[in-house]
Amino acid sequence: MIPELGHYALMLALGLALIQGTMPIVGTKTNDTVLMSIAAPVAVAHFAFVAMAFAALAICYVISDFSVLNVFENSNSQMPFIYRLTSIWGNHEGSMMLWVSILSFFGALVAVFGGNLPVVLKANALAVQAWIAAAFHLFILTTSNPFVRIPQAPFEGRDLNPILQDPGLAFHPPMLYLGYVGFSITFSFAIAALLEGRIDAAWARWVRPWVLGAWMCLTVGIAGGSYWAYYTLGWGGFWFWDPVENASLMPWLAGTALLHSAVVMEKRGALKIWTILLAILTFSLSLIGTFLVRSGVLTSVHAFATDPMRGVFILAILVVFIGGALALYGWRAPLLKQGGIFAPISREGALVFNNLFLTTACATVFVGTLYPLALEALTGEKISVGPPFFNATFGPLFIPLMVVMPFGPLMGWKRGDLIGAAQRLLAAAILAGLAMAATFALEQGGPVLAPFGAGVAVFVMAGAVTDIAERTLFMRVPFRAALRRAIGLPRSAWGTAFAHFGLGVTLLGIVAATAWGSERIAEMKIGDNLEIARYRLTFTGLFSRQGPNYHDMVGRFLVHRKNGDLIGVMEPSRRSFPSRNMTTTEAALMTRGVSQLYLSLGDPMPNGDLAVRVYFKPRVLLIWLGAAIMFAGGALSLSDRRLRVGAPQPAKARTALRAAE
Amino acid sequence: MRRLSLLVLLIALLHPSLSWAAVQPDEILPNPALETRARAVSQQLRCMVCQNESIDESDAPLAHDLRVLVRERLQAGDSDAQVLDFLVARYGEFVLLKPRLSWATAGLWGLPPGLLLIGLAVLVVAARRRRGGALEPAPKLTAAEEARLKRILAEDHGT
Repeated sequence: MIPELGHYALMLALGLALIQGTMPIVGTKTNDTVLMSIAAPVAVAHFAFVAMAFAALAICYVISDFSVLNVFENSNSQMPFIYRLTSIWGNHEGSMMLWVSILSFFGALVAVFGGNLPVVLKANALAVQAWIAAAFHLFILTTSNPFVRIPQAPFEGRDLNPILQDPGLAFHPPMLYLGYVGFSITFSFAIAALLEGRIDAAWARWVRPWVLGAWMCLTVGIAGGSYWAYYTLGWGGFWFWDPVENASLMPWLAGTALLHSAVVMEKRGALKIWTILLAILTFSLSLIGTFLVRSGVLTSVHAFATDPMRGVFILAILVVFIGGALALYGWRAPLLKQGGIFAPISREGALVFNNLFLTTACATVFVGTLYPLALEALTGEKISVGPPFFNATFGPLFIPLMVVMPFGPLMGWKRGDLIGAAQRLLAAAILAGLAMAATFALEQGGPVLAPFGAGVAVFVMAGAVTDIAERTLFMRVPFRAALRRAIGLPRSAWGTAFAHFGLGVTLLGIVAATAWGSERIAEMKIGDNLEIARYRLTFTGLFSRQGPNYHDMVGRFLVHRKNGDLIGVMEPSRRSFPSRNMTTTEAALMTRGVSQLYLSLGDPMPNGDLAVRVYFKPRVLLIWLGAAIMFAGGALSLSDRRLRVGAPQPAKARTALRAAE
Repeated sequence: MRRLSLLVLLIALLHPSLSWAAVQPDEILPNPALETRARAVSQQLRCMVCQNESIDESDAPLAHDLRVLVRERLQAGDSDAQVLDFLVARYGEFVLLKPRLSWATAGLWGLPPGLLLIGLAVLVVAARRRRGGALEPAPKLTAAEEARLKRILAEDHGT
């Protein structure tokens, strides 16, 4: 009964999405306020039905209803509760349900919190949001229905893939989807503005919270996925330039560009047409990411061709929405008025520089990901594009961006003072030079460019601190006055400083962990010692341990400092799951400050010895710590006063309304 | 097959391919300098039966054979480039994770610098035109816009 209710709720949601997608538009064309105003309540009802469908699926998973094919294939009654829940999005159908749930959730948020939006913009934006939802509802109902029943229900499910039975997977896909799908709102606003044929600086202010929110979720989603890969895959890699990772990086790069160009638009009324294009492109990249991941085209062009139903459907969605949006853009954008004049050396100029490099970096990832597919489809020639390509192209694009980054916030709007900014950054530059010299002197080995990378990272961090110090007149006015100024600073200024600082932290982590890490691969017998970095590991024995739905073969290692102090025990294991007849490697991690010792067990050797891989990853935790700081920066920016003004206060709402006439 | 289905599943979850650092203890060369070179070369080579993995990362049997082959060639005195050439001659360009510049890959390598240059050119032209345009007086604001500007400025007062 419950799955049928879920299925029915999803169909009703499709119906509501169709109403939400048409009636308000008719209203805006006939100037019928009643029709326009139904958009908000319908959006809320639409979300309620999607949520009902999602809840129905969740109940099926929680009570282990194996008469539902999707639950049977991806769950098992022995699994801990949390994994029974997370297996909802551990498969194609369920993850699409999560996708549409988040999509309609954002629509409902706009409906509820968009009280200060102009009626026409709100009606159009909600309608566009509903088109996307309708397309994906139809996709789920026709090709990926999670509510299909098995006539004779089996007693036990097939279990979730063991690799996915991990706390990291509870958190990371929903965050990633919140980011991906969050950009649908900016897309809808952009299309709505084009439909209406008018756009002004206020548009950027309305859109900003959504861009920020989506960007924050995407940032931690990507970082979470990277950390998950780091500890799960057993060799301590944290970024692979895998097409699936690239699919999430592209919207992040475009979204970061959008975040910056929207600032220019909001403050100075310039870059309007470009910002609209970026809003369209960012969500288009999210859609392309969904297509790449969902259609199976990445595994092989041929796999796509043999079972093309889903792929072709998403491709159709892609063509209709991206093509339609760009066509509308081409037709309407020339009608929009450009504004805001600025000199090349100015805050705007710096943000344009940021946009140029971010979009080029994004295009590089895009072409690197899709070129092999396109080449094979067109000429049959097969090439590979892997990490060495991306390192050679993405790095040189990102480093100039990082070097220029500290200058941006120190420049004035309209006309900046480059020499003045450089003088104020002198301390930061000296610090960066010292860091470069210190790493060059202290760290042995590693690429020649590594100290340079560390220097850039320190420059970015010190630059962010300089920005705050300059704004608070720190050291120039009495401390209490500086403190008062710091409290009085707009939160968005703090947000900028935090986010920039976080990026520097991440870069430092990447440079240190890749350039100065050490690795030992060895066969060990019980009682053997192995030395790595400043530590000595002693293999003391093997034992077995029973988990809820798996069996662990655990190796026990004592960790000593080189001088003999015992600092802990590491217990990596090989975990076998009888229900799928599969074995995974569970690495043991020991955190020392922000560095980590990483120990994983390899395949047992023919002679009975244990193959052991040990890595020392210096400063590796900075990579994800930096992402957390970036998230905090986004949150600070989101709490800025100017995004809250005009929130549901009747008087303000009226002025906003009048302003839009 | 198990590996393949795993990969499909992982990809289904927005995730990189799965691997357990593949270099086995018995593959490691006694000469550390040569081994470092072998690792660097291995990272440039694709494991052809895997999803986007280098032979250095993959635990597929083919990757093992190729790692051993790379080490044999290096021990025989080949340069890094000769090893790569040898493998390309055997397996085609597909084996290289960083494709070589050719007509087929011109778009791939040309796009990043090309786009950057085009972007710069557009910006320079736009800046020139803007400087010219700046001499013309800006159109006057309407009364409604004037009122709006006042309101926005009042809101921005804190910033």
